[in-house]
Amino acid sequence: MLLKHLRALSVLATTFVASLAAHADYHVDILPPVTPVSREIYNLHFGILWVCVVIFVIVFGAMFWSVFKHRRSAGAKASQFHENTTVEVIWTIVPFIILIGMAYPATQTVLNMKDTSNADMSIKVTAYQWKWEYDYQQDGVKFLSNLATPRDQIEERDGKVGAPKNENYLLEVDNPLVVPVGKKVRLLITSNDVIHGWYVPQLGINQYGIPGFIKDAWFEIDKAGTYRGQCSQICGKEHGYMPIVVVAKSPEEYAAWVKDAKAKMPPPATVAAATPEAPAGATPPAADPNKKWTLDELKSAGEKLYAANCSACHQPTGKGMPPAFPALDGSKVATGPKAAHLATVLKGRPGTAMAPFAQLADADLAAIITYERNAWGNHTGEAIQPAEIAAARK
Amino acid sequence: MSTASHTHVSGALDDHGHAEAHDHHGPPAGFTRWMYTTNHKDIGTMYLWFAFFMFLLGGTMALGIRAELFKPGLQFFDPEFFNSLTTVHGLVMVFGAIMPAFVGFANWLVPLQIGSADMAFPRMNNWSFWLLIPAALLLIGSFFVPGGAAASGWTLYPPLVIQQGISVDMTILAVHILGASSIMGSINIITTILNMRAPGMTLMKMPLFVWTWLITAYLLIAVMPVLAGAVTMLLTDRHFGTSFFNAAGGGDPTMFLHIFWFFGHPEVYIMILPAFGIISQILPAFARKPLFGYASMVYATASIAILSFIVWGHHMFTVGMPAAGNLFFMYATMLIAVPTGVKVFNWIATMWKGEMTFETPMLFAIGFLCLFTIGGFSGLVLAIVPVDITLHNTYYVVAHFHYVLVSGALFAIIAGIYFWLPKWSGKMYNEGLGKLHFWLSMIGFNLAFFPQHFLGLAGMPRRIPDYALQFAEWNMWSSIGAFIFGFSQLIFLYNVIATIRSGKPAEQKQWEGADSLEWTHLPTPMPYHTFVTPPIVR
Ligand code: HEC
Ligand SMILES: [Cu+2]
Ligand SMILES: [Cu+2]
Repeated sequence: MLLKHLRALSVLATTFVASLAAHADYHVDILPPVTPVSREIYNLHFGILWVCVVIFVIVFGAMFWSVFKHRRSAGAKASQFHENTTVEVIWTIVPFIILIGMAYPATQTVLNMKDTSNADMSIKVTAYQWKWEYDYQQDGVKFLSNLATPRDQIEERDGKVGAPKNENYLLEVDNPLVVPVGKKVRLLITSNDVIHGWYVPQLGINQYGIPGFIKDAWFEIDKAGTYRGQCSQICGKEHGYMPIVVVAKSPEEYAAWVKDAKAKMPPPATVAAATPEAPAGATPPAADPNKKWTLDELKSAGEKLYAANCSACHQPTGKGMPPAFPALDGSKVATGPKAAHLATVLKGRPGTAMAPFAQLADADLAAIITYERNAWGNHTGEAIQPAEIAAARK
Repeated sequence: MSTASHTHVSGALDDHGHAEAHDHHGPPAGFTRWMYTTNHKDIGTMYLWFAFFMFLLGGTMALGIRAELFKPGLQFFDPEFFNSLTTVHGLVMVFGAIMPAFVGFANWLVPLQIGSADMAFPRMNNWSFWLLIPAALLLIGSFFVPGGAAASGWTLYPPLVIQQGISVDMTILAVHILGASSIMGSINIITTILNMRAPGMTLMKMPLFVWTWLITAYLLIAVMPVLAGAVTMLLTDRHFGTSFFNAAGGGDPTMFLHIFWFFGHPEVYIMILPAFGIISQILPAFARKPLFGYASMVYATASIAILSFIVWGHHMFTVGMPAAGNLFFMYATMLIAVPTGVKVFNWIATMWKGEMTFETPMLFAIGFLCLFTIGGFSGLVLAIVPVDITLHNTYYVVAHFHYVLVSGALFAIIAGIYFWLPKWSGKMYNEGLGKLHFWLSMIGFNLAFFPQHFLGLAGMPRRIPDYALQFAEWNMWSSIGAFIFGFSQLIFLYNVIATIRSGKPAEQKQWEGADSLEWTHLPTPMPYHTFVTPPIVR
């Protein structure tokens, strides 16, 4: 009976393995390491896995031997032995020694990982619901990094057919973290709202960003390339949509990138301009800060910018998700005096998920706020001009 | 047949006339029987049915999760609702299914196995059970309030959980009620075991199930108040302006993690030690051979329990503790592998040179042994700080704890039900269906969870509603496995109900090798009151 079951099982297993071979995307191992630390991690895992496999074979070998030989149907007769101090001492001591063998190299790696001294550069990483901010301490570059996968590739509910998915679906961002290879980079990781996790497996880093505290980690990439990761700690609704992309370049290319990025600051590229699906109708960079826009121009640009920046929390309907995220439709702030609205968006509300959006361009903010004050059931009829934003910044 | 064995035992027990007299004025009929009952058997039954109901509910949520993850893209749920599903699935399974199921076993078995008439505090016992109902209603009801159910993961980390709505308050209240119920249950179990053993039943003669529950009950009393404290601090941070976990007010979110996991790690042993006890009784019964090292099993259980208090930091290697902290928790965690290994070796030595037969309880016990060992190995891998850092909060962790909690705790519960159902109900279950249930569970479970190791190694985070394309294949298999596993539990439900309704009469000692008092001293079916006069244990 048992044998029949096992035969069925083995048939299943073989077809399964065959189907595996037919595909390429059945990863079964840690991704290729690209830093000294992640290489140590890779080797540690590999070593421990093999120790486990050996013990596994011995333990399961004994067990299955017993299952097949010491069964009544095979004519076995129960012997009644029990307790044997020698055996019991051996199977306590031997695992202990094996564990010491594992702990020793692991300890060295722990000490190595924690040694953030003598870094060549540091980058402050701030997590927001749901994006990352990178602030290069020495090079003076600072920008936000958002998910770049368009919504229409994600959304397949209510019978919708999703658009064909990009190769790096959900693991692509508008502005990647660019770093030089061969340099020791220290990350100072924190958060603005809830706990997040900055996790890039190939760099061997997985560090919580904790609001109010700064934790550090380091890496030194030895191979130019693009390395992807994600937020690892559940942080609310869009937790699955805050990827991390690290691009490692040669020091020369990096220097060129820094120059370029600096020229774009402040603000760097606006989120809208850098988001692939950014509509052509979005506000052009405010070439003439004194240009007056019409209410309709602002509203139509604002709608798209709102979708990119605000709708995750306040929802496209403006109804929010009370009680966590308040409705803007009918809100006192979005229908009352402008000053309070401007202040809320520019400065955020400390201690809540409402982060400051001062990094957006004046024209973009003007469009968003105008939109909020004239969308849904809000009809203030006010067009907020970029100049008013500039004034409110002071 | 059952009458024959009945008479036989009556002859053997001088108290039996009395027990049978009770039998005649047995339990009252209808709902009041269950509402007012102080009988440990009735209460045990209610705990087990409650747990099974919650298991199906939590399982339905899990299938919702696996349906969403069947392929990339969002097909069914809003991401926030998905987060609620993972959160409430976890809470329901831990507090609603696994823990009450073991308390159900304790209620049924502790008095029978130590030869006492009932639990020490029968009325409190009734109250411990009935508290579960409002707690469950709060947990489930939280799906229907504005903002939806708690969506922070079952660990309820602030500040995320502070942002969320009234459902979190309902969850906190539910946790308080469940905690009160567990503490009362534990006091009851400890008092019963320490004071109500039959003459001659010394501590070191107690069946291992009783031993493991004695230790578990102490763990519960030690850590449930800690959890209650942690969630109370959440509550006051949410509503009364305190800043325990708010850095802006001088608090620290990390402190919640420390307190939560000080509860959380012993909690995982609360869910596995009674399983060890059940397995330690089933394996010898079917090997027809005594447990290899009874004393060392008791000591191993106790050392696991003690060590469980100093390893909580292994859930927090990515918080950024100093190296010394990480190393301490790593060494302590690795140390637990020693007593756990002792247990596994003991079980195998028990099977060795036995005379095994493979009825359903034995199959599930062997399934437990194989798969729990795999979960133990992945636990060892995760104990190594640098490796944990690359695997923390990935599907590798999800695979690990489902290997120890599903194929560990749950398989032991199922094994125990098949093992004791003949005694409890007086009727024998259908062996063929039992075996079918086992093989489908085995295939479905491994298909669902083994590939999750690979997903974690490749870097797929847990608690995400959608994922990158390179994770698609393994997720598809995992979902298929989950559905096979989920639906095969309906066979179990059917088998149990069919047994109770129309099973063939079971024998007094249905399992040849079973040797605890309920098999050796009590007839099948058992009278409503047993051991009214305690048996004498040699
Ligand atoms: C991460 C979630 C999140 C995002 C993204 C977000 N907000 Fe908010 N917003 C909040 C929360 C939470 C509050 C409530 C803060 C409080 O409790 O005072 C809020 C409050 C507000 C208010 C005040 C509403 C009232 O009635 O008090 C305005 C106006 C506002 N947000 C505008 C915006 C704009 C404009 C954007 C996009 C540029 C945006 N928000 C993006 C979370 C968010
Ligand atoms: Cu996050
Ligand atoms: Cu733990």
